[in-house]
Amino acid sequence: MIGLQSLLPPQAPRAAFRKLVRYEFVLTRRTPNRATLGLGIPLILLVILGSIPKLQQPEAALGGLSFIEVYIPTLIGFIITVTGILGLPLPLATYREQGILRRLSTTPVPPAWLLGAQLVVNLTIAVVGMLVLLVVAMARFGMAVPKSSPGFILAILLTMVAIFAIGLLVAALADGAQAAQTLSGIAAVPLLFFAGLWVPLAALPVQIRDISTWTPLGAAVKAIQDAMQTGFPPAGQLLILLAYAIVAGFLAVRFFRWE
Amino acid sequence: MTTSAANGSNQRPVVIDASQLRKMYGQTVAVDDVSFSVHVGEIFGILGPNGAGKTTTVECIIGLRRPDAGTIRVLGLNPESDQDREELHTLVGAQLQVSALPAKLTVRENLDLYRSFYSHPADGAELVSLLGLGDKLDSSYKDLSGGQKQRLAVAVALIGQPKIAVLDEMTAGLDPQARRDTWELIEGIRARGVTILLVTHYMDEAQRLCDRVALFDQGRIVALGTPSELVAEAGGGKHVTFVPSGPFDDRLLTDLSDVTGVEHQGPRVVVTGTGELVNAVIQTLAANGVTAEDVTTGSATLEDAFLRLTGRHIHERDEANV
Repeated sequence: MIGLQSLLPPQAPRAAFRKLVRYEFVLTRRTPNRATLGLGIPLILLVILGSIPKLQQPEAALGGLSFIEVYIPTLIGFIITVTGILGLPLPLATYREQGILRRLSTTPVPPAWLLGAQLVVNLTIAVVGMLVLLVVAMARFGMAVPKSSPGFILAILLTMVAIFAIGLLVAALADGAQAAQTLSGIAAVPLLFFAGLWVPLAALPVQIRDISTWTPLGAAVKAIQDAMQTGFPPAGQLLILLAYAIVAGFLAVRFFRWE
Repeated sequence: MTTSAANGSNQRPVVIDASQLRKMYGQTVAVDDVSFSVHVGEIFGILGPNGAGKTTTVECIIGLRRPDAGTIRVLGLNPESDQDREELHTLVGAQLQVSALPAKLTVRENLDLYRSFYSHPADGAELVSLLGLGDKLDSSYKDLSGGQKQRLAVAVALIGQPKIAVLDEMTAGLDPQARRDTWELIEGIRARGVTILLVTHYMDEAQRLCDRVALFDQGRIVALGTPSELVAEAGGGKHVTFVPSGPFDDRLLTDLSDVTGVEHQGPRVVVTGTGELVNAVIQTLAANGVTAEDVTTGSATLEDAFLRLTGRHIHERDEANV
């Protein structure tokens, strides 16, 4: 277990955390697929799909919404998944495998700071990615301001906490870079399926839609969609996200090893 | 086992004190009843074959592992206490056997990063030129040679201006020239007042560098003292190796007063002893019609000491793998 005291040792210069964050950004930039995936692909999907006139028309099958309106929460879920589940665990598992976390354990800086720096980097990429996506969607593709902005922001925040907690759990369970990559993929594919990445949720059979609302990204997409179209999302969906965050977070702390 | 040090280091303050350390991994005893003290300014060697408990011992000393029994004080601090360990990590720099630096950061960036971890860091530029990495500053860690990586690991261990540097197998995998360069480097670091705890399985490295050596075998210290004391303790003396022109009775040699041992290693014969060993052996053989060919002679080394003390060659397992 990580004690608070061991997270903020008096001997470690606080400037060290800024350096760690800076160099994690540098490393992310030098590992291109990490950042481009989160920032680029959702935007490309939005622009391509948004340029098809038919997908901008309201569809009865989608509850009177256009495909683009339905797809924006899915793309938000995609950005958070790419950063939290694909971007976060791999470097951490690699650092552990290569002894970098262990090497840090012999300095005044606790290895938890490197984990913190990774969180800062991936959360930043996620936030920037979502901001760009929303700005483009509003400016070019007629996305309306969400009915409930607090609900919209809260739903996204809870999604980030839940998905990043799952990412940390992957980092805790994977004993090496290879395992991290495999586990990330195994976790990400069903999560994204239930977010409607490949087939819109509205087009799926009702049983699958019911299952979807119990998955982290299914609940997230529904909550974000509700905040956009109707108002503050129902507590049930937010609680599902919170539950995933707590359980995955607890397990990640329980199983995380620095070496 | 402790022998009085002739170099007077015993009068200097103790910076590392380990007493009756014991560490188990499951049912395996990794370290058993290990005690030693390191004095300020010393190069202290922890020497022994692979699996002798050397790394476990230093991991306990730098607070990466908790011993199951025994006490450790490093500069008066207890590595087992969370509070002491933090301070310890500002005073001790470590180069670990298995540890890397971020592959895609350059030498300059790695040093800049580790420099930020300490309140009173060393001048990075000076350290880099001392270590001969000046022209590699903008190379990525992954593009460095094995020797350059090791030197950067040493630089990173020293960047916090530590009072003690722990160097674990720092010349493993280096070519002979790079090893000799690294040895000079370590002597240079000691000259700057840093106490060095050197873990190695190379006998020549320990003999060349260390003021005192703790010889580890199977989790225990089997001998402790200066390299020359250990050699003397194990019988010291000389050895002569040759290929005989024909068979002869070993008793011809063992009957000689200067000879302490005769050993056959394939076609070669190794005779250990004292005094005018070479002349005595060759003349005795010649008198019996046997010529000694391909003769080499030498004084006893730590390698011989280890063999005498444990009955095994230090690299026995390595050799078996070849």
